[in-house]
Amino acid sequence: MDLDIARDLPRPGFNFDNCKRNATLLKGGFKPPTTTKTGTTIVGIIFKDGVILGADTRATEGPIVSDKNCAKIHYLAKNIYCCGAGTAADTEMTTDLISSQLELHRLGTEREVRVVAANVMLKQMLFRYQGHISAALVLGGVDKTGPHIYSIHPHGSADKLPYATMGSGSLAAMSVFESRWRPDMSEEEGKKLVRDAIASGVFNDLGSGSNIDLCVIRKGSVEYLRNYELANKKGERKLDYRFKKGATPVLHTSVRDLIVNESVTVVPMETS
Amino acid sequence: MDSGLDFTDTPVSTGTTIMAVEFDGGVVIGADSRTSSGAYVANRVTDKLTRITDKIYCCRSGSAADTQAIADIVAYSLNYYENQTNKDALVHEAASEFRNFCYNYRDSLLAGIIVAGYDEERGGQVYSIPLGGMLTREACTIGGSGSSFIYGFVREHYRQNMSKEECVDFVKKAVQHAIYHDGSSGGVVRIGIITKDGIERRLFYNTESGDPQVAGTASFIAAEQKMEA
Repeated sequence: MDLDIARDLPRPGFNFDNCKRNATLLKGGFKPPTTTKTGTTIVGIIFKDGVILGADTRATEGPIVSDKNCAKIHYLAKNIYCCGAGTAADTEMTTDLISSQLELHRLGTEREVRVVAANVMLKQMLFRYQGHISAALVLGGVDKTGPHIYSIHPHGSADKLPYATMGSGSLAAMSVFESRWRPDMSEEEGKKLVRDAIASGVFNDLGSGSNIDLCVIRKGSVEYLRNYELANKKGERKLDYRFKKGATPVLHTSVRDLIVNESVTVVPMETS
Repeated sequence: MDSGLDFTDTPVSTGTTIMAVEFDGGVVIGADSRTSSGAYVANRVTDKLTRITDKIYCCRSGSAADTQAIADIVAYSLNYYENQTNKDALVHEAASEFRNFCYNYRDSLLAGIIVAGYDEERGGQVYSIPLGGMLTREACTIGGSGSSFIYGFVREHYRQNMSKEECVDFVKKAVQHAIYHDGSSGGVVRIGIITKDGIERRLFYNTESGDPQVAGTASFIAAEQKMEA
């Protein structure tokens, strides 16, 4: 009988058991299935009262758009969010794992977690996996020491910056920041700048597209603006090809009743 | 992505110029501020002069991930040591700790590190740990991809017993030359002067006028320094 106590749990974390097998298959000319990569534009800036994170919402599998409205701004803690680019599964698992560790850290220390803590956990984990976890992150949050933005690369290096961009659309987005970012911007100016940076990724980078997500983190409050702007709204069809009611004349009608005859015979059960 | 533009898959490295010179009473360390990933500049205001203890710093070159990871570990371990013994860590102890990591993991690391600092026993010291994990003390040393362009300059202009300000000027000029000739070095010149009183940081914009070229650069470096203080 299966008992709930001391049962075998699957080992946590990533599993590389199949790596060797896959390498052999590859050598034999096997075409492996492709992972969902979020060819992405993700950004983050510091403004007067906090940070603003931004992301597009396109997920791709090679040349195919596999999700037109996915969420790339992940929750880490109440005061910390994180944008992810790279392999969708990796960014999702990494942020989920760190989010859980941060919550335990908060419970253990009885303090609001700091953004540096999240940064150190993320970079140490990514470094441990030597770049095999394809997660390029823009980490942002506000803690008692102020607002912080970090950009974290898949190999585990991190940069502390006032404005950061990542993903295939990062060049387009960075050009917007380099020309228009100023210290101590207002929230409205900041949102406009982040919107424009993501929009330049959406329109100029093939890997990015669809809508714009924002996340504004101020001291003591968070505003997650999912689908802040629908940059690519589908046009509405003005006419349709359905026939009007009555376009076909009814020439003849006949209604028939269906009668079902059913009988039940009881077969006694044999008991020997 | 096979566009070649997706640097997500390219390792980030500090194609770098770093330098350190001993003088009577301390050391002067210097570095450019460019971090590149393939052809893309991932960070143009990087701080490659990384704190290990209050009076020991290291200059990082090679893989950004590797050097940051080692520096973090060594900083942690020396902080623990200082707390336990109630003494400032010695520069050669720090250097030796770095060497141990660089040598033991030489096959999986890409890290060229200069360790520099001040301690009461031997004053200002500079230690160089190149790629294989060798450790040598040097009065003046250069490192990173940009260094190959300035061996001549350094050999020509290095003198023994230079004053602090002479060293600063020497390091600044050397790094500026390296930035000029090396594509993987760039941005600003960061300089640190470590004496018995700790570090004094200086920063030089690499423009004709000495002013920052892009709006925001000055203010965010100022904000950064405020954070560190």
